[in-house]
Amino acid sequence: MFYREAGDFKTSYVDDSQTFPISFDRYRYYFVLFVAFALLPFMVDDYWASQILGPFLVFSIAAIGLNILTGYCGQVSLGTGAFMAVGAYSCYKLMTGVDIWYPAVCDGSRILFFWCSGRAEYQIWFQLPEINILLSILLSGFITALVGVFFGLPSLRIKGFYLAVATLAAQFFLIWLFNSASWFYNFSATGQITAPDTFVAGVQVTGAETQPWALYMVCLVFAFGCAWMARNLTRGSIGRRWMAIRDMDIAAEIIGVNPLKAKLTAFAVSSFFIGIAGALFFAVVSGTAEAGDVFGIQTSFEILFMIIIGGLGSIFGSFAGAAFIVILPVALRVIGTEMFGWPSEIVEHFQFVIVGALIIMFLIVEPHGLARLWQLAKEKLRLWPFPY
Amino acid sequence: MPDQLLFGMEVALNGLMAGVLYALVALGFVLIYKASGIFNYAQGVMALFAALTLVGIMEGQVPFAHLINAIFGTKIHHLGTPIPEMLDPDVTIAYFNTEGAGWISWLLGGIGNFFIWPINNFDIVLALIFTVFVMIALAWAVQRFIFRHLVNQEPIILFMATIGLAYLLEGVGELMWGAEVKTLNVGLPRGIAEGVESVTEGWFGYGFFLSRLDIVAAVIAAVLVTALTLFSQYSKQGRALRAVADDHQAALSVGISLNFIWILVWSIAGFVALVAGVVWGASSGVQFSLSLIALKALPVLMLGGFTSIPGAIVGGLIIGVGEKLFDFLMNPIIGGATENWFAYVLALIFLIFRPQGLFGEKIIERV
Repeated sequence: MFYREAGDFKTSYVDDSQTFPISFDRYRYYFVLFVAFALLPFMVDDYWASQILGPFLVFSIAAIGLNILTGYCGQVSLGTGAFMAVGAYSCYKLMTGVDIWYPAVCDGSRILFFWCSGRAEYQIWFQLPEINILLSILLSGFITALVGVFFGLPSLRIKGFYLAVATLAAQFFLIWLFNSASWFYNFSATGQITAPDTFVAGVQVTGAETQPWALYMVCLVFAFGCAWMARNLTRGSIGRRWMAIRDMDIAAEIIGVNPLKAKLTAFAVSSFFIGIAGALFFAVVSGTAEAGDVFGIQTSFEILFMIIIGGLGSIFGSFAGAAFIVILPVALRVIGTEMFGWPSEIVEHFQFVIVGALIIMFLIVEPHGLARLWQLAKEKLRLWPFPY
Repeated sequence: MPDQLLFGMEVALNGLMAGVLYALVALGFVLIYKASGIFNYAQGVMALFAALTLVGIMEGQVPFAHLINAIFGTKIHHLGTPIPEMLDPDVTIAYFNTEGAGWISWLLGGIGNFFIWPINNFDIVLALIFTVFVMIALAWAVQRFIFRHLVNQEPIILFMATIGLAYLLEGVGELMWGAEVKTLNVGLPRGIAEGVESVTEGWFGYGFFLSRLDIVAAVIAAVLVTALTLFSQYSKQGRALRAVADDHQAALSVGISLNFIWILVWSIAGFVALVAGVVWGASSGVQFSLSLIALKALPVLMLGGFTSIPGAIVGGLIIGVGEKLFDFLMNPIIGGATENWFAYVLALIFLIFRPQGLFGEKIIERV
C-alpha cells in the first residue's frame, strides 16, 4: 500500500540510480541513522556499549570485509582473525609510536628483522611520534590491506578449497609472529597489548575511563563509513567485476575482466575493512588483546558464520549476521543460566549445537541467509494488501 | 658421526612417526572427498566424537547425564550399580540419587542393572564394536539429514556445511559425554621403545628416543591404509565406491545405489576417525584439542592432493618430517612453536608451483 514505487517518479539519472529508490526504504534508512546517531548515544550504558553494541558494530565491519571477499568475489578466506590481529597490532604500534631499531631488534636469542650474530648493543635508531587514534585506526586498515594483498597473491593460482586452506597459512603464521616477536607488543612481559589513554577533541576514546557513548560513537562512525563505502563500491563497476569473477572466473576473464586486478582489489578492500575492525576491537572496545586468544581461528570461523547466516553478498546481511552471532551467546546465557539456572558449560555446549545446526539449516533452506528473508518480506510487502 | 646429525636423524624419525598419524587423519578426508566431492572439515571432530563415545561406553557413562541432571535435578552419571573400587573416596555423590525426579534414575539404573554393566572391565573389543555402530548411525544421520539435501550444491557450500557439522558434533559430543579431559586406556603400550634405543646405541653410540605408542600407531596406520587399499581395489563395494568417485551418473545408471555408497563412505571415514581418535586420545587424553588434528591434516591434503590416497600418505610423511626438522634447525634463530604454521606455509609454497598437489588429478576447467 505504502511500500511501492508506483507514483514515485524520477526526473534525473542521479535519482534513478540511488541506493534506495523506494521512498519508504529511504525514510526507514534515515530513521535508523537518526536512532543510531541521535538517540542511542544518550541511552547506552557501559554493558550495552562494551558487550553488545560495540562488538556488534566492530564485527559488522569485519563481516562486511569478509563479505566483499567471499560473498562478492567468491574467494573463501579462513584468515579473517589474523587480519584483524594485523589491524590491532599495527594500531597499537602506531598509537604508541613505532620504534625502529638498527641494525636489528634482538630479543634474547631471537632475531626479528635482520640477521645478526653475537650479542651486539642495539639501540633505538628512530622513533616515530604517537599518531592520533582515529588516524591510527585508518592507517592500520591500509597496513592490513597490504598484508592482505600479499596473502592474496596465491589466489591467482589456487582456487576453491585449496585457497581456503591456504589462507589458514596466513592465520597461523601471523598469530605465531605476533606471539613470538616481542617487538610487536613493545617487549612487555605479559605478551599482551593494552591501549593507552587517548583523546579526540578532548573526549577520551580509549583506555579504562572511556565513556560508553564515546566508545559507541567511534564504532558507529567507522561502521557507518565502512558500510557506506562498501555499498557504493559493490554497486559500481569494481563490484560488478568482483561478482563476475565469483560467478565464473574463466568466463569473466574472457569478457575482459582482469582477474589479477579484481582478486587483488577484493583482497585489499576486504583486508582494509577487517584491519579497521581489528584495530577498533582492540583499541576501543576491549582495550587489551592477545593475538592467539582473541584473533584465533575461532574468530575467523565466527565471522564466516556471520556472513553465511546473514547472507553472502549483502551489506545488510553482514549487519544481520553480526547481530545474530553477537547476541546469540548473550541471549542463551540470559535464558539458560539466569532463567533455568543451568550450569554455564551446558549453555556453552548448547551454543555450539545451535550455531552448527543453524549454519546447516541456512545452507539447506536459505543459502542467501537472513538478507534473502528480508528481501522476500519486502517483496511481499510491495504487493500487500492485494497480492495477485 | 657428529652429534648434530644424530639428533637430526632422531628428530626426523620422530617426525616420520607423527607423519603417519597425520596421514591417518588425512585418509578420512580423501575417502569422503573422492566419493562425494565433500571436503569434510568435521573429520577431526568425528575423531573427537568417536573417542568420547568409546570412553563413555567403556566407563558406562549415561549419555546426556549433565543435561538430564540439569533438567530433572537428578545426580546420575554412570550406568549400573556402583562398584566400590570405581568410586573416588572424595566423591560423595551416589551413583543413583533417587531424590528429585526419581523415575529417571530408576529407569536408567534398571537398564544398567539389567545388562549388568561391568564398569571396570567392559571388554575393549565390545566397546570398539559398539562405537563403530554409533559411527555408522552417525554416518546415516549425516547423509540423511544434511547432505541428501545439499546434493548438487557447489563444493564450497558443502565445505561450509561440514564446518557447521563440526560445531554441531562438538556440541552434541560434549553434551553427551561431558567436556572434562578423559584418559583413554585401550591397552596400547607406552613409554620409550628400548629395542630401538639399544640397537641405535650399538650402531651410533647414541640411543634414539622413540615412543612405543608412536611405533604402534605407525603400524596400525600402515595396516589400515593397506586394508583400505585392498578393500577399494578388490571388494565389490570398493569397486562401486570407485565407480561413484569416477562418475556419479554413470555409476547410478549401472545400478549402484548412491545413497548406500555415501553412507558406506561416511561410515568408513567414521571408522578411520575412530582409529585416529583412539591413537591420539591414548597419547594426549580425550579432550577438545583432539578435534584440532583436522587442522594438522589440511596441509597434508594440499600437499598430496585431495583425491589421492598415496598422496595423503606421502604428504603426511613429508610434513611430519619437515615440521620437526624445521623446528629443530630454526628454533635457535626464530624461536619455537613453528609447527603450527610450517606445514601450511610449505603447502602454500608448493601449491603455487603445482596447484593440484603432488598426486592430485590435473584441474581442467571449462566455461
